[in-house]
Amino acid sequence: MRTPFTLRFLAAMPRSGWIAMGLFAAITLVLMPALHLFVPESHPLHVSNYVITLGGKIMCYAIVAVAMDLVWGYGGILSLGHGVFFALGGYAFGMYLMREIGTDGSYQSHLPDFMVFLDWKELPWYWAGSDSFLLTLLLVLAVPSLVAYVFGYFAFRSRIKGVYFAIITQALTFAAMLLFFRNETGFGGNNGFTDFKRILGYDITSPEMRATLFALSALVLMLTLLVGRYLVISKFGRILAAIRDAESRVMFIGYNPLHYKLLIWTVSAMLCGIAGALYVPQVGIINPGEMSPANSIEIAIWVAVGGRGTLIGPVIGAGLVNAFKSYFTVAFPEYWLFFLGALFVGVTLWLPEGVVGLWKRIKARGKA
Amino acid sequence: MKLFFLALLLFGLPATNALAALDPALVKQLAAEESDDKISAIQQLSADASPEAVKVLKAMAEDALLVTGETVFILEGEDGNLALDAATGKLVVPAPKTYESITVNNRVRSTLTNALAAMRLFDPDRAVRLVAATELQSNAGIEMVPILARALAKEADAEILTLLKQAHAQANLANPDAAARLAAVDVLAKSTSPASRGLLLPLLEPANEPDVKVREAAGQAIKAIESRLVLGEILGQIFSGLSLGSILLLAALGLAIIYGVMGVINMAHGELLMVGAYATYFIQTLFRATLPDYVDWYLLAAIPVAFLVAALVGMLLERTVIRHLYGRPLETLLATWGLSLILIQAARMLFGAQNVAVANPVWMSGGVEIMAGLVLPWNRIVIIGFTLFVLTLVWVLMQKTRLGLFVRAVTQNRAMAGCVGVPTARVDTLAFGLGAGIAGLGGVALSQIANVGPDMGQGYIVDSFLVVVLGGVGQLAGAVWAALGLGVVTKFLEGWSGAVIAKIVVLVIVILVIQKRPQGLFALKGRSVDN
Repeated sequence: MRTPFTLRFLAAMPRSGWIAMGLFAAITLVLMPALHLFVPESHPLHVSNYVITLGGKIMCYAIVAVAMDLVWGYGGILSLGHGVFFALGGYAFGMYLMREIGTDGSYQSHLPDFMVFLDWKELPWYWAGSDSFLLTLLLVLAVPSLVAYVFGYFAFRSRIKGVYFAIITQALTFAAMLLFFRNETGFGGNNGFTDFKRILGYDITSPEMRATLFALSALVLMLTLLVGRYLVISKFGRILAAIRDAESRVMFIGYNPLHYKLLIWTVSAMLCGIAGALYVPQVGIINPGEMSPANSIEIAIWVAVGGRGTLIGPVIGAGLVNAFKSYFTVAFPEYWLFFLGALFVGVTLWLPEGVVGLWKRIKARGKA
Repeated sequence: MKLFFLALLLFGLPATNALAALDPALVKQLAAEESDDKISAIQQLSADASPEAVKVLKAMAEDALLVTGETVFILEGEDGNLALDAATGKLVVPAPKTYESITVNNRVRSTLTNALAAMRLFDPDRAVRLVAATELQSNAGIEMVPILARALAKEADAEILTLLKQAHAQANLANPDAAARLAAVDVLAKSTSPASRGLLLPLLEPANEPDVKVREAAGQAIKAIESRLVLGEILGQIFSGLSLGSILLLAALGLAIIYGVMGVINMAHGELLMVGAYATYFIQTLFRATLPDYVDWYLLAAIPVAFLVAALVGMLLERTVIRHLYGRPLETLLATWGLSLILIQAARMLFGAQNVAVANPVWMSGGVEIMAGLVLPWNRIVIIGFTLFVLTLVWVLMQKTRLGLFVRAVTQNRAMAGCVGVPTARVDTLAFGLGAGIAGLGGVALSQIANVGPDMGQGYIVDSFLVVVLGGVGQLAGAVWAALGLGVVTKFLEGWSGAVIAKIVVLVIVILVIQKRPQGLFALKGRSVDN
């Protein structure tokens, strides 16, 4: 008899995993928002605006890192263009945020400021429906996955893989960046979208909204981990790993790798899009810089630092690298690139399995 | 006070001798109230192109022609305290205390400029005549026909003659005589200047041109000019495409060799270009400091230096990092990206974040005009030639030397090459050095046409990767065709749709091409399943 779905789902993680997740949920969904909202600012236990925003931002990055781990760690597909899906999700949600500004912009027009500046008289056709929250949510899911599906179909069909695929994805994000830099594209040119005012009529800078977005990011991150976990231990995940390790042999057995790669690739892009949509209201800006090749390749290093093919590793990696980054770029701005470069080299040379792998090795040594 | 007048006399005398008398009535008319009077005076004065008239008109153009009562005079001398009568050239004594300048409005000024240019056509200095003829070629009026005709008769220099013919024909378009206009149209039809088309266009309208023959001739002339312009444009795009392609080739050649031998994409390749460019900058600075006389030849010295420096950096990277990641191409990609970040930051700290100035040597500046509106800059021509030179060198190295043999062997089958005694580890290092060195040479070329700064390599990285992906690895021909093809296609698309769309279309083309040829256009034949 087939095991019921709930049981299979619960079996997806060992007990320690569920405990850790429960703890994480308690902290991010209850404790942190509560400390931010209900503890007065003067109190030492108050969680400041800065911490909430930074935490929310890093959790968005962590979602992207998990999405990247699904394709790279389990599918063996290194993408150097995941930033494009992240940014597409962000832009899709940003369109809604721009419309929510209403007539409160600098030019008091119903059009976004940058369109007034370009002397456009009406919204371009692809902005239709961007004032609807529900449609926007649909767009956030649909646009990155559609782009990923079409791109992935052509790439995987001709069995482009390895470094070739990495290069093509880098070219993709580079081209997209150039496209979005143009004013005529209709997404604000190199300034992108900013000056957001509210979501669903609520003030976007209010502590309540920040706490909500923070908790929402945490929730999505946990869901991403669960879905990811479920995917990789299912039969699908096993075939995917087999394709990663020996694609030709899997083909000879009779599987078509195209479908497996395409599915995980599209899911990964969709997750990135969601992360982007959560990211934009928290940092308050989205511009084409998010699509720069350098940004996308940084995602890969989060995964590598945490440990590929572990799902939890990328979360740790994204947290570590970005916490370091926010400290380093302020304290020693001129050495940050050295540090980041050394991280790329050092991790690939000495920590091929990342922090998680290191932890496992230490634990194994302790037992022996 | 006496001394002062003595000085006045001494300084004034040579000027007095130099000036013969002009028609005082005409000179007087320069100061007339009406612009039309002034213009006609200017035209009459300029007709004989005497040095005296030049002097007066020049003074007028410089607002140094003044009027007091009935006297028109030029103020000159070091402090502007010598008043010379404009008509006679004699010193005006006593110097006028109060005077007014002559108003020169835009219309008068353009006549004045033209008149001065026309008079300079008789200057003994060829360079002066050339500048004057260039100024006149597109805006000479009908009143200048006689003076242009005289200049045409006197002129011996071919280049100036062409310009003058153009100016003469253009001035004649307004000639009331239909035959003269027809002749002018015929001259313009043969002219190589793109401006001729604009001059001829109004003649198509019966309102502007009453004579049918002239109208027809103008129509044919425009067609002839347009077809020449289109041809020039296409040739120009092919040329700039080849020029872009040769830069891409220099960047991609090393990348392709390294990828072929080691299966590694070197993300720091752009930074090796940068190393080469900074080496060029360093040599230039060195030449300026120590050998200022030979500074124009610094580029020749920079070529081997850039090659060696980049090759050394490359071999160092290979020995310290890339070697240890053998068989893990994706990790190598990340590690080399990290190396590129370190190199960029190092350049920023050594040379500053600003771009540094690398000057074109004199022999590389300027260009050669192939046809109307098609000037091929020397620096681009030299770069295409340089690319050919590098390509030949690499070809000889790969086909005729033992190292080349080894490199090709490892590219084809590493394990088998190792079995028959090829020292694969050393071949790796040397091939990496070679690829890096070629990138360094690319940096020398790039320093001549692009900014030299810490980030310069980043701009070429994506494009040169696309060349490798499109061309396939293992054969130089792949890189060559892919680089030149992408260069030309990009330039044509740019002219047609703008740079950004061109980039996107090129990416789509590359993706579509590798649908058909997953290993690139020029794949190595083999029987292995996973390669």
